Amino acid sequence: MSDDKPISEAEKAQAIRTAGDLEAAGLAAAESVPVSVHPPTLFDVQEMELNFGPQHPSTHGVLRLVVRVDGEKILETKPDVGYLHRGTEKLFETETYPMGIPHTDRLDYVAAATNNHAFCLTIEKLLGIEIPRRAQLIRVILDELQRLSSHLVWLGTSGIDLGAVTPFWYAFREREQILDFFEEYCGARLTLNCMRIGGLPFDLTAGWVERLIEFIDDLPSRIDDYEQLLTDNRIWKKRTVGVGVISGEECIEWGVTGPVLRGSGVEWDLRRAQPYECYDELDFAIPTRVNGDTYDRYIVRVQEMRQSARIIRQCVDLLAAGEIRGKVPRVIKPPAEETYASIESPKGELGFYCVSNGTNRPYRMHVRPPSFINLQALPRLAKGHLISDLVALIGTIDIVLGEVDR
Amino acid sequence: MKFLTPTVLTYLKVVILVAVVPAIVGFVIVLAERRLMGFMQARLGPNRVGPKGLLQGVADLVKLVTKEDITPAQAEKAVHFLAPVLAVIPSLTALAVIPFGPATRIGRVQTPLWVAADVNIGLLFLLAITSIGVYGIILGGWASNNKYSLLGGLRSAAQLISYEVPMGLALVSVLLMTRSLSMVEIVQRQGRLQLWFIFPGLLAFFLYFVAGVAETNRNPFDLPEAESELVSGFNTEYSGVKFAFFFLGEYVAMIVISCVAVTVFFGGWLPPFPHVAALKFLQIIPPFGWFLIKTALFLFCYIWFRSTFPRYRFDQLMALGWKWMIPLSLANIVIVALAILATPGRSNGLFVLSYIFGGLFIVMFLLAKLRQKLARRERLAAVPASVPE
Amino acid sequence: MADENTPPPDAGPPPPAPATPPAATGTAAHKAPPKKVEATDASAHPWVASIRAALPDAVVSAKEFAKQVTVLVRRERIAQVARHLKDAEDFRYCVDVTAVDWRDRQPRFDVVYHFYSFSKNDRIRVKCAVADGEEVPSISEVFLAANWSERETWDMFGIPFAGHPDLRRILTWDGFHGYPLRKDFPVEGIDTGAAVYPEEWPEGGGPAKDDPNRKVVS
Repeated sequence: MSDDKPISEAEKAQAIRTAGDLEAAGLAAAESVPVSVHPPTLFDVQEMELNFGPQHPSTHGVLRLVVRVDGEKILETKPDVGYLHRGTEKLFETETYPMGIPHTDRLDYVAAATNNHAFCLTIEKLLGIEIPRRAQLIRVILDELQRLSSHLVWLGTSGIDLGAVTPFWYAFREREQILDFFEEYCGARLTLNCMRIGGLPFDLTAGWVERLIEFIDDLPSRIDDYEQLLTDNRIWKKRTVGVGVISGEECIEWGVTGPVLRGSGVEWDLRRAQPYECYDELDFAIPTRVNGDTYDRYIVRVQEMRQSARIIRQCVDLLAAGEIRGKVPRVIKPPAEETYASIESPKGELGFYCVSNGTNRPYRMHVRPPSFINLQALPRLAKGHLISDLVALIGTIDIVLGEVDR
Repeated sequence: MKFLTPTVLTYLKVVILVAVVPAIVGFVIVLAERRLMGFMQARLGPNRVGPKGLLQGVADLVKLVTKEDITPAQAEKAVHFLAPVLAVIPSLTALAVIPFGPATRIGRVQTPLWVAADVNIGLLFLLAITSIGVYGIILGGWASNNKYSLLGGLRSAAQLISYEVPMGLALVSVLLMTRSLSMVEIVQRQGRLQLWFIFPGLLAFFLYFVAGVAETNRNPFDLPEAESELVSGFNTEYSGVKFAFFFLGEYVAMIVISCVAVTVFFGGWLPPFPHVAALKFLQIIPPFGWFLIKTALFLFCYIWFRSTFPRYRFDQLMALGWKWMIPLSLANIVIVALAILATPGRSNGLFVLSYIFGGLFIVMFLLAKLRQKLARRERLAAVPASVPE
Repeated sequence: MADENTPPPDAGPPPPAPATPPAATGTAAHKAPPKKVEATDASAHPWVASIRAALPDAVVSAKEFAKQVTVLVRRERIAQVARHLKDAEDFRYCVDVTAVDWRDRQPRFDVVYHFYSFSKNDRIRVKCAVADGEEVPSISEVFLAANWSERETWDMFGIPFAGHPDLRRILTWDGFHGYPLRKDFPVEGIDTGAAVYPEEWPEGGGPAKDDPNRKVVS
């Protein structure tokens, strides 16, 4: 799958017949990875080209990294994505608006409710729909539970990648409880489909809130457990401090958002900057660290978990009886306009750009995926580090391939 | 019984060792590791095969032996075959000089019961033999015709060679205390002095054990076989019996390191406080039993480490070995030598050293705890985590 | 919070919300039919005026809908507009680059850019109309974040970006024929040369043009 195969004449002819050839379009050929063509002498630097993935225990999905190394030092990284490309955006165009919600589950499948939420927000914006307060609060609760779930997955897998096998099991023990909450609410554990345009599909069952309160009150001590194992651990610090340093300015340059941006000193969170639902009433802090290395991003995410618990607690206290769905027309036919709406997903800014042509199916629905944009910065982060650090860096950017490839 | 000459008895002991120890590894240690790690990780380990999972070792053995033996097409066949063998034999050989119990002679036959070979250079022999274990790994990595395996093999070789030095130097300091290389003599001297060498050799013990963990490629030094980075490193292309041999070699090496630590630092087969009247009941457990208990504790520490620590990166691992452990082990030799020279002829110097080391250890431990508490408080104060009432 | 309008996630300066008790407004406002949101012309908007001042012939039109400003600019000027927005108007963060295929319109495509400004806490959408085969100047030198997004747009629509450092397909594989998100690309896919099941997918492509099973998205 690399570009550096010389193109034969037959292939060129074939390519010119279709429109998929760069040369036919008059553009310069892409830069290819240099291949050593002479037998190496004693003093030649022997560079090795390693293929990280697409099947690899640490790439968190089907991600392929073509890494050029000198011994263990990384010279260049080229991510090769697209292994999980399923044509989601094309599928949106073939189905009605509500039918698109289950597709969004499969984008960031670790935090499905946030995808549903962003999708619904976009269409609600097009339609100008008001969401009842109870629905807003429950949406926030579901979002924050997903944030917890996503960060727990990140914590476990990050730990395992670096050799700490135990936090994985503890984190997934908590995540099991969260998934049980979702199963009780909407019937699914992972691909939730738990939001509708205008509100929510179901109301909460009896006892759900009480059990949630129990879980949330227990959570800070569990997070203490994880921190006990990792945060002050000398080996963990050695593996993460100073690894993958990126400054806040560079993050903005690369369009990186989410905990990566906050770990580099930029205190920007869409829940605070452009509040949606009822976030502007809630009291929560935005954890920010200044060094921009992997350790800081770790601390930011762990603190975010604590803040999520706090948010859920406040929402639960504010819950009152009410409707769970606003006044939505039976057939959703937004005006022929376009809009963009985004939320703070656990990975960063997740946005949907929707162009409607007045019919009941979107004319164009584009996903702005945080993992895709964040992954762009990986070659920049990995420069000068060792192969072992590459594993830490993939974990710290926290990508989900469903979102990267759509 | 005339044919039971010392030579024949030695062969018999060797056969028993080679038969029993791998069996223990396969049936006890593997299961214990998986179960214990499970408990530490808030889950059950394997508990399906046999009552409470006790036959898991049998199942693993059957699986490994009946698996297809794959050799990669472009691999060096002979070396590929030889590498696991080279990994397992040195570990098993090292068991020969370990005293599992007192050197009692059997009846009229003048051969020690609990030691296969009571050579007077036991410690030196051990160090030499464990060095040969490097060959198995490096050849295994190279012979697989696989970039990842090669990287794993090279890393492992560098790691093993680097950590042999502090291991040896730590044992040298014990050598100063016993003035003999014989393993049996080391334990007997601890008995005579009524002082286990862990006390004057506290620093030596830490250096030895950490180097020992590194020597066996175990967490936190298990980068060569790090699953998440190199997909099992030098092990990748091995399946079936060859993999079983690598596996066995690693676990037997763990046993050897634990046994040596027990012998050299924790009094071998001696029960604790043998001269205290109130604790005479401890003599009920035979000496071999005490050796087993102590070794089991060390193996538990190995498993505990694996559950707890992340992995060192390779350059950090090497830096730890060369920049910290070797200077510390050299300094340790000097300190122990000074303690011994201070009171020539008597052994009070060692006791004084014990008190000094013990006191320092307690102080450092308390300071570390305090620092941890302060750091945690500072971290939680930075971002408020509780809901304001 | 629950005031008159749906709290827009990326609106302009937040509208002064009437202080009403939450429960009452929540129950009342959402029962009313959704207010029809109209698009208004935004040529007088300060940002549009600023672009027009710096690059006189760049702006074609401007619109505002649901508190979002959309500026239609000329294709050749897009890189300069981006540079102006970044340097002068502090839109430092390129959120996204994508395209829309208006099948029967000339020019066929709209390349859509979203930018965000931290100081203004707001977004702007910039569009330029591109005909099939025409090039768009790449903004990947101005905004590093646009690199992969432009590659994706090239991959999905076939819109080449002039001056892009590494314009290759990103989501589909090398040797893939066609541009998936174009409206004339069937949603079932086409024969891309990897004919794994020749008996099901005849050589030359997926369902034939007059096959009733072929579904082209309108």
